[in-house]
Amino acid sequence: MEGSEAITEAALSAGCRFFAGYPMTPFTEVHEGFARRLPDVGGVCINAESELEAVGMAWGAAATGARAATGSTGQGLSLMQESLSEITRAELPLVVFNMARGQGDYFQATRGGGHGDYRHVVLAPIDAAEAAHLTQLAFHLADLWRHPVLIYGDYLLAHTSEAVEIVHRDFGPLPEKDWAVDGSLGGTGRSRNVNPIGMTKGSKGIDPAAFWDHLQQKTDRIEAAEARFETESCEDAELVVVAFGTLARFARYVVRELRAEDLPVGYFRPVSLWPYPKGALLEAARGCGGVACLEQNAGQMIDDVRLSLLGEAPVLPIGGISTDAAGFGVGPLLDAAVIRERVLGALREIRP
Amino acid sequence: MSSSRRDVLDTSAAPSRPARRTAEFTPGLQLSGDHDLCPGCGEPIALRAILETLAELGLADAAIGVVGIGCYTALTSLIDVDLIQALHGRAPSVATGAKRMRPETLLFTLQGDGDMVNEGLQEVIHAAARGEKITCLLLNNGVFGETGGHMTATTVLGQRTKNTLEGRNADDHGHPIPIAELIARLGGTGYAARGSVHDVKSIATTRRYLRRAFEHQLRGEGFSFVEILTMCPTGWFVPTAEGPRYLEEVMGSVHVTGELKKPGR
Ligand SMILES: Cc1ncc(C[n+]2csc(CCOP(=O)(O)OP(=O)(O)O)c2C)c(N)n1
Ligand code: SF4
Ligand SMILES: [Mg+2]
Repeated sequence: MEGSEAITEAALSAGCRFFAGYPMTPFTEVHEGFARRLPDVGGVCINAESELEAVGMAWGAAATGARAATGSTGQGLSLMQESLSEITRAELPLVVFNMARGQGDYFQATRGGGHGDYRHVVLAPIDAAEAAHLTQLAFHLADLWRHPVLIYGDYLLAHTSEAVEIVHRDFGPLPEKDWAVDGSLGGTGRSRNVNPIGMTKGSKGIDPAAFWDHLQQKTDRIEAAEARFETESCEDAELVVVAFGTLARFARYVVRELRAEDLPVGYFRPVSLWPYPKGALLEAARGCGGVACLEQNAGQMIDDVRLSLLGEAPVLPIGGISTDAAGFGVGPLLDAAVIRERVLGALREIRP
Repeated sequence: MSSSRRDVLDTSAAPSRPARRTAEFTPGLQLSGDHDLCPGCGEPIALRAILETLAELGLADAAIGVVGIGCYTALTSLIDVDLIQALHGRAPSVATGAKRMRPETLLFTLQGDGDMVNEGLQEVIHAAARGEKITCLLLNNGVFGETGGHMTATTVLGQRTKNTLEGRNADDHGHPIPIAELIARLGGTGYAARGSVHDVKSIATTRRYLRRAFEHQLRGEGFSFVEILTMCPTGWFVPTAEGPRYLEEVMGSVHVTGELKKPGR
């Protein structure tokens, strides 16, 4: 099945029962999948009038305790940012998909693309099978932390057909959703208010400082607990190649090829873009002569690579803007031969 | 001994009824506490009508409110109903998602005119066109009250606001949007009405509209809408006591009260 179908099937198996979206290439097929399949399981898919409404609808569904999702392509995600910021503060579990046009939405995804002081979890699958796994994990993490989780994919991930088996995964126990609104507590003096400002009932006003402090402490705990990565042959590597998502698949292939030729290269892939696996990257790069950062944009993840290494090793950008005529991000960089040349170039550069 | 004069109270025996009627003025669904809305503000009156109607219909433990951003947002700490706080303008989409997942509950939004008719106009229009089984409630005072009295899409021509100092004129600022009439025209709308809270009678009528709108939703017959004109003496820059008259005569002559759409019409 295509990556988009792997995502929708995985979401359904994880218990997702609500989706709202607005079509945009290359995200459209994920939306179509939800529209086709959610009614089969008693769920709801709404064709929202804009991404603003799509994220609003998902917000409302999530506030009732349902497993809910929305998604788009970077442009649509831009429209959703005001809500994503507030949803994070309202501590709502929501899964958001960005099938991006390349990797130019890295900052949008990882920096908290909206207003205020927040981060949400970002997971970047390398292929359809991992997209299914991470989609299921995303619903779990969202419920566990009461926090939005974004899945960052792209055109190739959504549209490449691969053999994927959707198996139900149990990631462990989750807290009760006693905060979710169902109308039942009206008139008891204990009614709920799912809100992003720390408003409590019966008291006048709010205590923003205490509320934001609570959120920050939770964010710190997520950052400490949820960094994920994949690494290969970094132990004795002179050059470590760092890449994420679809592009990492090419990078991993090239590193394996060069290793077979006895060249001292290693491979490191952040699976979570936030929290970024800083400690793991520093460890993987220890003793190497340089770290090559491969990304399909003008240079965004390279900031996190530098922040991870803190000067421990030189960092060489070997990616760049790369797209097709339609601007969907399927550019010449998605080619093992091109990447091989760039990795070899970086290796020559760091060798005396 | 009984008095022959009718204006003198008979004090020869203990009164059979209390001389004065007593009543509990706090609606059942309102938590006790203070709020800092201005004296003469119409929003707490509208809120009370809403909460009393919910209680009358036995919906206290079966309702979810989705609240926008405006002066009334400060009242959410006093509303003893399950609530979701939405962004400025975005309550109808949030209410849509909640209603679809909890179809057995009554879903209502609470929005101001700046919230609904400026920032989030397309939200309410589409919710109505979809026939979403929710009730959108608009507190229309013709200004951004919360930011200090600025022009909104419902501000009437001639009204002075902080950014229409000489009064709103059509050339420079366009025309007010008759939102209830617009919504009434949409196929998905089953019930639409505009009420007011400038006097006892208008409040009673507004309560009737609220009841009909909620009943409409409970019958599963699609979108319902009640606009409530509310006083904002602070944002209108008129003395508090002038509020009700200004609302009735100035705003009410443009945004005319009444039922605009009823089932079967
Ligand atoms: C996106 C966004 N823009 C602007 C604001 C600032 N803002 C808060 S309340 C408000 C106006 C509220 O006016 P209205 O909806 O009429 O409610 P009222 O205060 O009159 O009750 C504005 C502009 C905001 N909160 N969010
Ligand atoms: S500014 Fe207007 S709407 Fe706001 S509390 Fe004062 S009177 Fe009410
Ligand atoms: Mg207003």
